[in-house]
Amino acid sequence: MPRQIRKWGPPLLLISPTLILLGVFVYGLLAVNANTSMQDIHNSSQANGKAPVSFVGLENYISLFGSDEFQHSLKNLVLYTVVFLAGTMFFGFVWAWLLDRPVRFEGVFRSIYLFPMAVSFVASGVVWRWLLNSNQGENASGLNRLFQMIGLPFLQNNWWNNVNVGIAAIAIPAIWQLSGYVMALFLAGFRGIPEELREASQIDGASNWQMYRHVIFPQLSPVALSAVIIVGHMSLKAFDLIMSISKPANYQTKVPAIDMYVFKSSFDYSNAAAVGAILLVIVAVLIIPYLVHLNRTEKHS
Amino acid sequence: MRTARKFTAMAAGLAVASLALAACSSGSGSDDETGGTGSGDEVEVFTWWASGSEKLGLDALVGVFETQNPDVAFVNGAVAGGAGSAAKDLLQSRLQANDPPDTFQAHAGAELTDYINAGQVEDVSALYDEFGLRDAFPADLVERLTVDGKIYSIPSNIHRANVVWANTQLLTDSGLDPAATYASLDDWFVALDAVKEKTGRTPLSVATTWTQVNLFETILLSDLGADGYNGLWDGSTDWASPEVTDALADFEKLMSYTNEDRDGLDWPDATQQVIDGNAAFNVMGDWAVAAFEEAGKKAPADYVYMPVPGTDGVFDFLADSFTLPVGAPHPAGAKAWLKTIGSLDGQVAFNKAKGSIPARNDAKPEDFSEYQQSAMTSFGQDTIVSSLAHGAAAPAAWANAISDATSKFTTGGGDLAGFQADLVAAAEANAG
Repeated sequence: MPRQIRKWGPPLLLISPTLILLGVFVYGLLAVNANTSMQDIHNSSQANGKAPVSFVGLENYISLFGSDEFQHSLKNLVLYTVVFLAGTMFFGFVWAWLLDRPVRFEGVFRSIYLFPMAVSFVASGVVWRWLLNSNQGENASGLNRLFQMIGLPFLQNNWWNNVNVGIAAIAIPAIWQLSGYVMALFLAGFRGIPEELREASQIDGASNWQMYRHVIFPQLSPVALSAVIIVGHMSLKAFDLIMSISKPANYQTKVPAIDMYVFKSSFDYSNAAAVGAILLVIVAVLIIPYLVHLNRTEKHS
Repeated sequence: MRTARKFTAMAAGLAVASLALAACSSGSGSDDETGGTGSGDEVEVFTWWASGSEKLGLDALVGVFETQNPDVAFVNGAVAGGAGSAAKDLLQSRLQANDPPDTFQAHAGAELTDYINAGQVEDVSALYDEFGLRDAFPADLVERLTVDGKIYSIPSNIHRANVVWANTQLLTDSGLDPAATYASLDDWFVALDAVKEKTGRTPLSVATTWTQVNLFETILLSDLGADGYNGLWDGSTDWASPEVTDALADFEKLMSYTNEDRDGLDWPDATQQVIDGNAAFNVMGDWAVAAFEEAGKKAPADYVYMPVPGTDGVFDFLADSFTLPVGAPHPAGAKAWLKTIGSLDGQVAFNKAKGSIPARNDAKPEDFSEYQQSAMTSFGQDTIVSSLAHGAAAPAAWANAISDATSKFTTGGGDLAGFQADLVAAAEANAG
């Protein structure tokens, strides 16, 4: 027995602070959140224990999914995620591919593409709010003015103020910021492929395109998967960029994270908690299969 | 091997020790705070007055406070950001954690409902009697502040929300008489059309959602009258009535005259458009006068102001006020602060710097600017109603619901009938 303790004791002691902190501040609070989301705390007196609170089960979830407003938020979230993912993957991949061939000043290009990631979403949001100004014609500014100056006035549009697809305009700065990061991931993927494979394909008489198509690209799929997961979960949690370009009260750019903030600030803690739980489930649906997959491949190797 | 194990044990021990230390330090921190209970030697004043004319006003107020109470230390708890929303978020968590400031700023009226229902603010009616404030404030105002016979805050200043600001030059260019006032919204539409046709500039500038709600409430006020408007909040006016439908139609028409980039702007941007002559009219609370003055503009040569058409004789009021939170660590200091807030010296010093008007009716008008003098006259004789956009008319949840409905409507997410249905639903969920 003492031998067992000697074997397991020190490592357990070492990780116990982490376990305790995680248990209390992550899993414990997740449980509290789930509990709050199934109560009827909708005003300040209930939030402060001055009025009775009762357990209502899934009622908050049902009314949320039934409301047009929340459906609009979810639709916005899907649209934002799709555009954001497609944009970063496309630009990140193309840039990495271009830099994979021997290019002069490669380091310079790499830095230029990566720099936007160093800017915080809030700071870039403030600048993009000016660029994405929705005035057209005589009062135009930002990108709309630029379109006029370069003789493409028909490209002017009201950007994020379009009630149906406006949220996609907010994905533009997000793409601008994170494409460089995806590029770095893909570039690492390209560089990780042994030179011998390229040489072998050339000896077999493959053209440059055939080499990429049949030898290089298939080996990038794990990198692509990681990039999709990383960018995808960032997109689902989108809050700061939207807050700094638009405002929480603006209907056209509502997403669940914004709803959560608005509910919380009007003492509707139960609905805020319910939105939080829904977001957690959406992210988990994306992340958990990935983690399982990762675990399996690690065991295999 | 042995040394490795020793190292592991040491590291683990260190980790535990640091955890314990962290626990200790947070414990001793709260001891310090409760240690000062009851002493009146300081007062933490929680506001969102962190910049601009608001900061100047607070500084002036602190000056008066320190002369009146030389032995009470003023602790500035101002939180910047988001037109008060950052401060309100922080306040919410502090009150929830039973760590209230000694006094905090809140819009007078219905916005206090949440704090009252949560039992977080004390009844200060006794202080009104002690400081003789019942006679110093207009009876109309005291009535609007009273909830079930109790008053929970002392107003420091009054603003008016139903004011139209206009650019004199642009009106002249449009063939309009800058001195003209408009008796009804229909008259105003004619003028807005003239601006659009003659100059091609924005007839009416507006900014993000809350400024649209500000515009919306003045249209409700214009079409329904003061009694009809008040009835919206106490249930005597039906949100589903055809009169409200007409007001919504007028609002829809007004929004068609506005700038397209409105949702990305805040009020200073919309007001700036009038200052620069890019827009003819702007409806904004009277804090806008400070923006005109800062730009070196003079009335009536550069800009003119008037009540929103159809609301002449009605004063759509909002007020900042100070409370006495339950469990304030320094109640004596808070009372001293509230006394200064209610005093003539405090109100005059504060409002001269902030550009608002005193809530007291015994301030001398000649101490104030021309606009302030006109607002003081109106405040003295007009019917006073409570502003929706600024928390005086409806509690936060209701105001948020109306704001959401307005945003959905003005961005094209729904039609007029849907807008009215949303407003009816908001009233049903929140009234009473």
